[in-house]
Amino acid sequence: MASDSRRKAPRPGFVLDVDRSTPPILFHHGENFRLEKLPPGRSRVIYPAEPLPGLPDPEESIRQALLSPIDDDPLPSLMKPGMKLTIAFDDVSLPLPQMQRPDIRQRIIEQVLDMAAAAGVDDVHLIAARALHRRMTEAELRHALGDRVYDAFAPQGALYNHDAEDPDGMVELGRTRHDEAVTMNKRAAESDLLVYVNINIVSMDGGWKSTATGLSSYSGIRHHHNVETMAKSRSFMDRHASELHKSNWRQGEVIKNHGPRVFQIETTINNNTFGYDGPLSVLQKREWEWTARDRATFIAMKSGLGAMPSAARRKIFQSWKAPYELTSVQAGEVEAVHEATLENCFRQHIVPVEGQTDILTLGLPYICPYNVNSVMNPLLVMCLGLGYFFNMYRGRPLVREGGALIMSHPTPWEFHPVHHPSYIDFFEQVLTDTTDPAEIERKYEKQFAEDEWYRHLYRTSYAYHGVHPFYMWYWGVHALQWLGRVIIVGGNTRSVRRLGFQPATTLQDAFEMASDVVGPHATITHMHNPPILMADVT
Amino acid sequence: MIRESLSGKRIAITGATGFLGTAIVERLLRAVPQCELVLVVRPGRRGAQSRVDRDILRNDAFDSLKAAYANDPVAAGGLDDETFADMCRRRVSALGGDVATEGMDLDPDDLALLATCDIVIHSAAAVSFDSALDDAVEVNLLGPHRVAQAVRDCAAIRTEPTAAGLAPGVPAHLVAVSTCYVAGSRRGRAPEQLVDESPFFVDVDWRAEVDNARRARVRAESDSRTPERLEALRDEAYDGLGPAGGPAIAERTEQLRQRWVAKVMTAAGRSRASSLGFPDAYAFTKALGERALVETRGDVPVSIVRPSIIESALAEPSPGWIRGFRMAEPVIAAYARGLLKEFPGVPEGVIDVIPCDLVVATILAVAARGPKTDDKGVDHPDVTQIASGSGNPLEYGQLVGLVRSWFTEHPVYDEKNQPISVPEWSFPGRGRVSRQLGRARKGLDIAEKVLDALPLRGRQAEFGAELEERKGQLEQANGYVELYGAYTECEAIYELDNMYELWDSLDDADRAAFAMDPKLVHWPTYVHTIHLPSMVKQARLKMAPGSRQSSSRHDRLRQQVLEPRRQLAVFDLENTLIASNVVSSYAWLATRHLDTPDRARFVARTLREIPTLLALDRADRSDFLRYFYRRFEDAPVERLAADSAEMLSDLLITKSFPAGIRRVREHRRLGHRTLLITGALDLVTKPLRPLFDDIVAAEMSVTDGVYDGRLTSVPPTGEARYQTLVDYASTHDIDLQEAVAYADSSSDLPMLEAVGFPVAVNPETKLASIARKRAWLIEHWDKSKGAPSRVLPIGPLSHGIARRRKILDRSML
Repeated sequence: MASDSRRKAPRPGFVLDVDRSTPPILFHHGENFRLEKLPPGRSRVIYPAEPLPGLPDPEESIRQALLSPIDDDPLPSLMKPGMKLTIAFDDVSLPLPQMQRPDIRQRIIEQVLDMAAAAGVDDVHLIAARALHRRMTEAELRHALGDRVYDAFAPQGALYNHDAEDPDGMVELGRTRHDEAVTMNKRAAESDLLVYVNINIVSMDGGWKSTATGLSSYSGIRHHHNVETMAKSRSFMDRHASELHKSNWRQGEVIKNHGPRVFQIETTINNNTFGYDGPLSVLQKREWEWTARDRATFIAMKSGLGAMPSAARRKIFQSWKAPYELTSVQAGEVEAVHEATLENCFRQHIVPVEGQTDILTLGLPYICPYNVNSVMNPLLVMCLGLGYFFNMYRGRPLVREGGALIMSHPTPWEFHPVHHPSYIDFFEQVLTDTTDPAEIERKYEKQFAEDEWYRHLYRTSYAYHGVHPFYMWYWGVHALQWLGRVIIVGGNTRSVRRLGFQPATTLQDAFEMASDVVGPHATITHMHNPPILMADVT
Repeated sequence: MIRESLSGKRIAITGATGFLGTAIVERLLRAVPQCELVLVVRPGRRGAQSRVDRDILRNDAFDSLKAAYANDPVAAGGLDDETFADMCRRRVSALGGDVATEGMDLDPDDLALLATCDIVIHSAAAVSFDSALDDAVEVNLLGPHRVAQAVRDCAAIRTEPTAAGLAPGVPAHLVAVSTCYVAGSRRGRAPEQLVDESPFFVDVDWRAEVDNARRARVRAESDSRTPERLEALRDEAYDGLGPAGGPAIAERTEQLRQRWVAKVMTAAGRSRASSLGFPDAYAFTKALGERALVETRGDVPVSIVRPSIIESALAEPSPGWIRGFRMAEPVIAAYARGLLKEFPGVPEGVIDVIPCDLVVATILAVAARGPKTDDKGVDHPDVTQIASGSGNPLEYGQLVGLVRSWFTEHPVYDEKNQPISVPEWSFPGRGRVSRQLGRARKGLDIAEKVLDALPLRGRQAEFGAELEERKGQLEQANGYVELYGAYTECEAIYELDNMYELWDSLDDADRAAFAMDPKLVHWPTYVHTIHLPSMVKQARLKMAPGSRQSSSRHDRLRQQVLEPRRQLAVFDLENTLIASNVVSSYAWLATRHLDTPDRARFVARTLREIPTLLALDRADRSDFLRYFYRRFEDAPVERLAADSAEMLSDLLITKSFPAGIRRVREHRRLGHRTLLITGALDLVTKPLRPLFDDIVAAEMSVTDGVYDGRLTSVPPTGEARYQTLVDYASTHDIDLQEAVAYADSSSDLPMLEAVGFPVAVNPETKLASIARKRAWLIEHWDKSKGAPSRVLPIGPLSHGIARRRKILDRSML
């Protein structure tokens, strides 16, 4: 069968030049989709690679990685009775969407725990390295780690969310040569061994960012989560061209010298977001290869979704669990491990692209790292488009300097009151004053970051930290500086304007509006994403 | 002549705080520099002198005189280097007295001062169209008689001649201001004759009228206290306020009772007046007042001046000057606002208005001339009318046309900044207009009842308040129609023979300084360039499409609320900060540890109970809470504490109004103390602690680690909430006038009323209408769009139970 052969011999990503015979192209549009005809002759579509085959025996691959790590001793040899062992793991922001059970973290942590038990280690803590993200709920922890791990550790208080605002729970390990503070969760810092379990869905994740950011606090994170650093990270998806990562690596050096011994376990997954079959599989097929059945499914799905209230649509999409497969696992010394991870990550994501474009179009999906089981509010739309997707490049941006970005998303004026309380206030108080990142940072960041109520909600409820909406805005700094115009198609007009962007009803209108800055015969590139791709622009 | 005659005299004036009185004072100070004034005013709380300074001399009537003194005091008639204030101190004395009481409340010193006066001008009157019968009788009927009495007493105690030479024992000349309408509602000539000389006067015994008016008051007071009446009033108070607590309802009931008595007394006045052929109680009591004065004056020389409807000044002190919102203005304003679509009257009828400066001149000319005597030197009370109807009539149809054309050119703007086009009047009869208004009112009444019965909040509730406002406006319009309708239908022609005799006797200088000939008025000019421009300013009508007034008012109120010098912000919880209530938090907590079938049973039971609970809540909130909280009996303290931490996220924050939470935090940032007073349980509110400096909530007592379902104190609702707030303020040394309170329901009224800056949040119908009437800030706070919605407030299953069930399911497989 075709799907079988595709599983065994996946085709790489590629660039399609749009001609008259090209069918309408799929644009993600929040919890729905659009089919858009792109102008022939001057448009191209970048398709992601088909999913790489998963490792045939993930358990065994994990075991091998732990027993013969890169530049480090086998994990069992690092374990001694009476030692303090802490296992930190990526939080609910990874992978996206959440993956089908068993989650990679469960597979790895179960093996690490087996080894620890065999070595007689009984002081073990598990910490969700959420940095300034919201707490994971019990259900989310159970999903990521499995019920066995949860029931064994949570009731004893040995499995919990990192708390960057716990006055007794943080330590400062030192300062980098650039005078950046390095703070870490106290339990992790005081452990004899810190095992970090990562999932690299994009190349930004992992490396020293796991520990230097994931287990840190505002006072450590603010050294790289700021306007200046983000403006210099071109892109932040390219670890070696990213100021964000350089700062994290400097902090890593301090951790290496003054912190706990870190045993890093990194994993990559394939592009199998929507499955080879099933209702959503059509989303990862190329449009001209859609079968009659695919077409029917798509039309039924689209009209069905259109008739639903947004809350119901959201529920359907949020309950989708991706059938991701593990494509690599590597363990050992942080930096060496991360280089191997990046290679595996790029193997799936990189698509070579020749030359920049005048207009970049994006269809923004329903999910980003910060709205799992939640609402994609306007700030997250900005961050996903101008932060994540815009930065999915190596070399130079897909769109030329001064070019236009056209994104498709309903951008509803909706916020999850529990998850994003400070976002609501940011949207109402800060963006009504200014959209300039530097001014926002100067005038408002401290006030939000040190706010007692946000702190309370971050610690006891399920709220992102007070400062988090600022990071969403900073994530888009590079794009804001680079682009001549940002247009959102089909978005709530008021929200789009509040973001400082221009609303357009149709893609055609958006092209017309963009022609003000890029001229009437501008070249157009559509990034067919997700599943994820990263453009290597030459 | 007038100036010379009045120079060196001391003139006492009553009613100087009124429209006409102020104009007389101004004219005398300006045009007769050598006279002195004694102003008899009701001392009130601040004392007579202070009233003279604040309520008379600060009026804009004196602006030009003040400017003249600032410029050149000598040319203005003053002394060298004298300021306006110095001049007033030199020439004006204040005297505390009240014409509505026997003996005018004058002590011997007052009488001695009054005895130095050569002339007394009595212009005090109760002119309000809705004054109570007995009030009108005391002031208008008995007032002139009492002033004459005082003048007689003064003459008797005078030991030396006055400065102008009035000998001891000789009474001063009393000039009493009355009204042309003492002639009654009739057609035809109305000459300047004493009321009882008119063939149309129904002679009644004025003493009997006084007795009856006083008895009517006693009767109305006792009628207002019958059990049935009091019960009805209490019901009305409750309808208006809702469950606002005993003291608030009591206060309101008493207010309503007094209002009821006032209404009865107004009606009594109106009906007695019309039974005797007068348009209203004012004209009726004035007529009898003249009778009483003439009958009891003794040897006091009396002159009566009768103006018709006094309107804004033609030229002096400044064109268009007017004090207060008088007779025709409310009608014209209502018309300009498009409110009054019809007004009764005959277009050919004469509307007899007279600019106030002409009236002042007439009064002063009469005073200067002195009492009229016959050939033998015996004085007789004389009457001088000053009106426009006989010599220079303004027809009602013409006036309406002038007003209409002016407002067509200068429209009033509505709150949406659209010009209001004024309707064309068809001059229907009075009955038809009243009926129309009555029907409109009935419709609104029904709409209001319907709205009241619905559990509305926020914007819908404000619609109810709007209806109520419209009803108020209609009621007002109806009042005008009832009252002024009688005047517009009054077609008597007031003759001016005596006035013209006086006018003819004046020389040119007097005629220039004391113009009083009604023929001088050119009505189109007067209405278009003098009266209406000044009237729209007085009435604060919106004459230009400015910024949207309502929103700017809203912003201004909000700014006031958020001023740094405010000291305290007190919040209610339910429906003010959070769209939730005690029932939902109870349901959440109660179901959290229930298994599915139990949950279903719980929901069914709660749904069944809802009508009972709502009724109980409406009747008395603290009883409801006490009753409801019994359900927590035997609930383990520790488990509820843990659950309430989860409830913060799942219920409170989910259902919160982010703008409300933001407001609390804004207050904190501004350094205000923040206080939460709520009938919710303390265990529910505990996770909100970081928002507030203090929380006052209901507390249950605990025995052996479980709640017993009894409250430790009265739950803070209604007046208990008010008391809590007052106690809190005094403990923390907070001035409640500098406090802000946020609440959603009329049961919070005592608390809202206690602070300087009340804010109604998503108000229910009753509070919405109260807030609107009192111009309180109204906020509409919504739940965050995107909040997970749940039909029933049921706690998510605790995972312990979910697990257990799963294991069970598995074992069954």
